[in-house]
Amino acid sequence: MDYKLSKNLRLTAFIFMAVGAILFAVDYANLPSTTAEVAAMEAAHGGGHGGGHEAEATHDNGHGETAAHGEKSSHSEGGHEMTPEEHNEHVLGQYQNKPWSAIYIAAFFFFMIALACLAFYAIQYASQAGWSPLVLRVMEGITAYLLPGSIIMFVLLCLSSSHVNHMFHWMAEGITDPENAHYDKLIDGKSGYLNVPFFLGRAAFFILGWNLYRFFALKFSKNQDEATDNRWHKKSFKAAAMFLVFFIYTESIMSWDWIMSLDPHWFSTLFGWYVFAGMMVCAITTIALVTMVLKSQGYLKQVNDSHIHDLAKFMFAFSIFWTYLWFSQFMLIWYSNIPEEVTYFITRIEDYNLPFFAMLGMNFVFPLLLLMNSDFKRVNWFVVMAGIVILLGHYVDLFNMVMPATVGKSWSFGFVEIGSLLFFLGLFIFVVFRSLTKRPLEPKRNPLIEESKHFHY
Amino acid sequence: MSTGSHVIHALYTDDDVLMNAVKEAKKKHLHINEVYTPFPVHGLDKAMGLAPTRLAITAFMYGCVGLTVAITMMNFIMIEDWPQNIGGKPSFSYIENMPAFVPIMFELTVFFAAHLMVITFYMRSRLWPFKKAENPDVRTTDDHFLMEIDASGHDAQELADFLVGTGATEINLVANEE
Repeated sequence: MDYKLSKNLRLTAFIFMAVGAILFAVDYANLPSTTAEVAAMEAAHGGGHGGGHEAEATHDNGHGETAAHGEKSSHSEGGHEMTPEEHNEHVLGQYQNKPWSAIYIAAFFFFMIALACLAFYAIQYASQAGWSPLVLRVMEGITAYLLPGSIIMFVLLCLSSSHVNHMFHWMAEGITDPENAHYDKLIDGKSGYLNVPFFLGRAAFFILGWNLYRFFALKFSKNQDEATDNRWHKKSFKAAAMFLVFFIYTESIMSWDWIMSLDPHWFSTLFGWYVFAGMMVCAITTIALVTMVLKSQGYLKQVNDSHIHDLAKFMFAFSIFWTYLWFSQFMLIWYSNIPEEVTYFITRIEDYNLPFFAMLGMNFVFPLLLLMNSDFKRVNWFVVMAGIVILLGHYVDLFNMVMPATVGKSWSFGFVEIGSLLFFLGLFIFVVFRSLTKRPLEPKRNPLIEESKHFHY
Repeated sequence: MSTGSHVIHALYTDDDVLMNAVKEAKKKHLHINEVYTPFPVHGLDKAMGLAPTRLAITAFMYGCVGLTVAITMMNFIMIEDWPQNIGGKPSFSYIENMPAFVPIMFELTVFFAAHLMVITFYMRSRLWPFKKAENPDVRTTDDHFLMEIDASGHDAQELADFLVGTGATEINLVANEE
C-alpha cells in the first residue's frame, strides 16, 4: 500500500518551520549587537553576577578553554587583565555566535540522524538481516534528509570559513601568523590539518561519498523490486559493505572536523566513536518513531510488536554503548587531570552544569530503567516516550559539545535554540514523509521479506 | 493397559515438527509433562503454556545487590579504612571520587547478576553436582526431541495414532515409576 502524505502532517511540518523561523527572528532581534548593549544588559543583571565579571574576564577566552595556552590567553597567570571594553567586546562575540551555534546544532542534529540511519540501513544489507526488510523503506525515507541536510551543513561550514561567524576559533584571521597579536602556537602547529581549504575539501568529499551511496542504494533496491533474480540484491550487499568501511572513517574525521575542532586545543581519541554512538541511537529511535507513526495511520500492517521490540533493543543497547563511551572519555580525562584536556569538562561542569548532568539522566538512566524490561519494549507508547526523551537528550548532548566552545558562559536556552530546532524538525518531517510517498512501503522482491513477515520473537 | 499411571514418550527429529506437535497436543488438551530437547527451542515455552520466567527479575535484584556490595566495599577500602591521595585526588569523600569506582561498581553488578542468576537457574531446575540425569532417553542429548505426555485416562492406541499423525518417529508407552 502506498503512503500518502496527509494534509495535516504537511501542515504540521510547515507550521513547525514557520513558528521556528518566527521564534528565531524574534530572539535574534533581541540579542545585543553592540558592545554598549552588552554593557547595558550586564548592568541590568546587576548584582546577580556579583563581582563575577572580574572573575569571568580572568578565565574565559570564549572558546571553552581556560587560560593554559598560547600567547593570547594567559590572563589567569596575571599576564594581562581584560579591560571592561575588551570584556564587552568578547561577550558580544559570544552573543554573535549564539544564533549561528543554535542553527548549527539543530542542522547537525537532523543531518546526523539521516546519516546514521543510512549506516544502519547499510548494516541491514551487509549483515543480511532477516528481521528488518519490512522497515527498510522507512529507513530509505529517513535518509532522504541526507542530501538537504548535508548541503545545509556544507553551507554553514562555508559561511564559517568565510568569517561570517566566529564559531571555529582556528579559522580566525592571523591566528597562525607569529607577527599577529592573535597568534596561537598550538593552532599554528595543527594548521597542516586545520586549514580552510583542506577542511572544506574533506567535507565536500565526505558529503559526496555518503550521498553517492544513498543514490546507488536506492537505485539498486528500486531495481530489485522489478527484477526476476537477486542480482540487484547482491549489488546492494556489496555497496553496503563498501559504504560501511567508508562511513566509519569519514564519520570519525567528520566529527573531529565539524565538532571537535570547535575546541581547537582539545582532543579526544575516541571522539569519533562517541559521536557515532550518539547519532546511531538517534537514528534507530527515529526509525522506531516513524514506523510507529505509519503503523498508527494504518500502514505497515505486517510490522508487528517483535519488530518494534528489536528496534527498542537497539535503542537500549546503543544508549548503554553511548554511556560507555561517554564515561570512558570522561573518566580518563578526569582521572589524569591534564590541564589541556580537563578544561573541556571543567567548563562544561561549571558553566553548563544542568544540561551536562540532565543529559546523562536522559540518555542513560531514563532509557536504562524504562527499556530494561523485555515486555516494555513491546509496548508502543513506552517506546515512544523513551524515544522522545532519548532524542531530546542527544540534542542536549550536542548542545554541550558545541555551545561551550562557541558562546562560553553567555549561553541560554532561548527562542533561537527552540526556533532553529523547530525549523529543522519541520523540514525533516516534510522531507522524510514526502519521500515515503514515492514508493510502496513494502519492498516487493527482497529475498528476505518472508522471514521479516514471519518474524516473531 | 488403558488405566493406571502411564506416560507416552513421542520422539521427533526436527524442532519445527516438534513445535507443531506441541501445539496440536495443547489443542487436544493433552497434558504435556515435559519436553526434552538437545538445544533450546525458541518459543517452546510459550507453545507449552509455561508461566513466563521470573529469572530476569532475580537478575535485576542480584544486580542491585552487586552494586550495593561494590559501593559499600569501595567506601570502606578506599575512603574509611585507608584513604590515599591518588593523582592529586585525596580520597576523603566517596561521591567526589565516584568516577574512579564506576568500573568496579559496573563489574560487580554484572558479576553478581550473572553468577547468582546461573546458580538460581540450577537450583530452580533442580540441578546440582552428582545429580542423576532425569533425561528419559539419551538421544535427546544428541539429535532427538522427546515430548512426554500423561497417558492416564486416555486410550493409549488412540494417543499413539494421534502422535504419529503429528510426525513422531517413535512412540513408547512407559509405566510411571513414581
